Amino acid sequence: MSFVTELIPPRPAPAATKQGLTVARIAGISVLALWALLAAGLVLTVINGWNQDKFLRYGPRYLHGLWTTISLVGISVVLGAALSVPIAFARMSKNRVAGAIAYAYVYVFRSTPLLAQLFLIYYGLGSFKPQLESVGLWWFFRDAWYCGLLSFVLNTAAYQAEILRGAIESVPRGQHEGAAALGISKSIAFRKIILPQALIVALRPYGNEIILMIKGSAVVAIVTVYDLMGETRYAFSRTFDYQTYLWAAIFYLAIVEVLRHVWAFLEARLTRHLKR
Amino acid sequence: MSGIFSALFGALDPLCGPIGIFSLFGSNSLIACGDAGWGDEIAFGVLVTITLAVATVPVGLFIGFLIALAAQSKDKTLRLAAGIYTTIFRGLPELLTLFIIYYGMQIGLQAVLAWFNYEGRVEINAFLAGMIALAVVFSSYSSEVLLSAFRAIPHGQYEAGEALGLSRWRTLRLIVLPQLIRIALPGLTNLWLILLKDTSYVSVIGLADIVRQTGIAARVSKEAFFFYFIACLLYLALAVISSFGLRYVERWARRSEVRR
Repeated sequence: MSFVTELIPPRPAPAATKQGLTVARIAGISVLALWALLAAGLVLTVINGWNQDKFLRYGPRYLHGLWTTISLVGISVVLGAALSVPIAFARMSKNRVAGAIAYAYVYVFRSTPLLAQLFLIYYGLGSFKPQLESVGLWWFFRDAWYCGLLSFVLNTAAYQAEILRGAIESVPRGQHEGAAALGISKSIAFRKIILPQALIVALRPYGNEIILMIKGSAVVAIVTVYDLMGETRYAFSRTFDYQTYLWAAIFYLAIVEVLRHVWAFLEARLTRHLKR
Repeated sequence: MSGIFSALFGALDPLCGPIGIFSLFGSNSLIACGDAGWGDEIAFGVLVTITLAVATVPVGLFIGFLIALAAQSKDKTLRLAAGIYTTIFRGLPELLTLFIIYYGMQIGLQAVLAWFNYEGRVEINAFLAGMIALAVVFSSYSSEVLLSAFRAIPHGQYEAGEALGLSRWRTLRLIVLPQLIRIALPGLTNLWLILLKDTSYVSVIGLADIVRQTGIAARVSKEAFFFYFIACLLYLALAVISSFGLRYVERWARRSEVRR
């Protein structure tokens, strides 16, 4: 019978073998090289195609387009938020009819493209000119900007209603019960207990919705609104210069990235009491 | 043989067949099929929209899967490369991506051909450009879905695969992928519905999809509200049909789970 009489003396862990050139690294470096090449190409096209004249002519137009995009999205998100509140409450109400109507609204506006909605409002309602003139609403439906605004408000209200409903329903029942046990009235409990918790849950989806709206707002360019995309198309149709689209890409990327970081900061700030 | 099949498909055509919706309105309505109305043109648009969406999904999913693999790789450079891709294409409006790819391909091809001393005008197929643009957007979103699904799979699953002596590829295919599909399916379902709506953008570069065909009909017949309303109804119908289909797929994916 044999057995171990002495233990192996303790030894340090083997040194980590240095990973050489793996397939992953080769792929990573080559893709990064491709990105660098594309970036260099972008810079080169901008430098080679630099034209003081074009810059002075279209630069201010781009800034104006940027402002149009931002104001359009800003106004429609705010108005959509206001419209989403009754929809969300109708969706949560015990009244079957109100619930069904709100559900139908949300379903229809979420499952048809924004482009088709915009066309339906701008071209479709625009074909009822005599009727609209007799009601005195023609000034509204004549203007592409207002039509874009209306379709955005209706569209984003459907999405925001779902965000709001989801957030309110995510607050545990115990919070309602706790408030009732403390003798707090329902409206105050909602305002001071339910809503603050719900809005923290809703913060990230709201940020996503704003980003989606900024990206979606490019469609108004098709109905002749000169937003950022519209100015880009205008500049391209005049110059046939591919740079125009690259500049628009840079602007859009900048807006989205800024918004994303602001939102990350906001979320970190507003949820710091939840961190352990 | 093919005659029988085409006759069968013709008879079952949900829009323009003998029991199709457009045919039910009679042969004199605006949406009648044939020369009198716009039914057959719109039906063709529906076909183009569906074909485009269906053709985009496998390409987009494949690229998205590769991006997700890259984004969770141990190698830093690969993660960075994947991060740049998703940041760019999730940040750009779909419409702008479409224009950049459409005109970019045109200009790029022209430059390459000019190198070979060919000076003719090249036209890029709108379907191809639309498919590439939508696939790029779809892949950058689906890579995020797949990445979070990858993270939901415990590390022990990989270790178990290694312990069983499976190669890395077989671990991925036999152990990780079946679970991945199940976890990622709800997210991918959403992406499919978004893709279906995004196909409407290709009408801008002249592809004859639902929006374009109804738009032509609206302009010619001066019944804009009616035709754009039909366009919205068609998209709604596609969404309803695909949500039924996707419910079936989700049940199929969960067939091995314990029924509670």
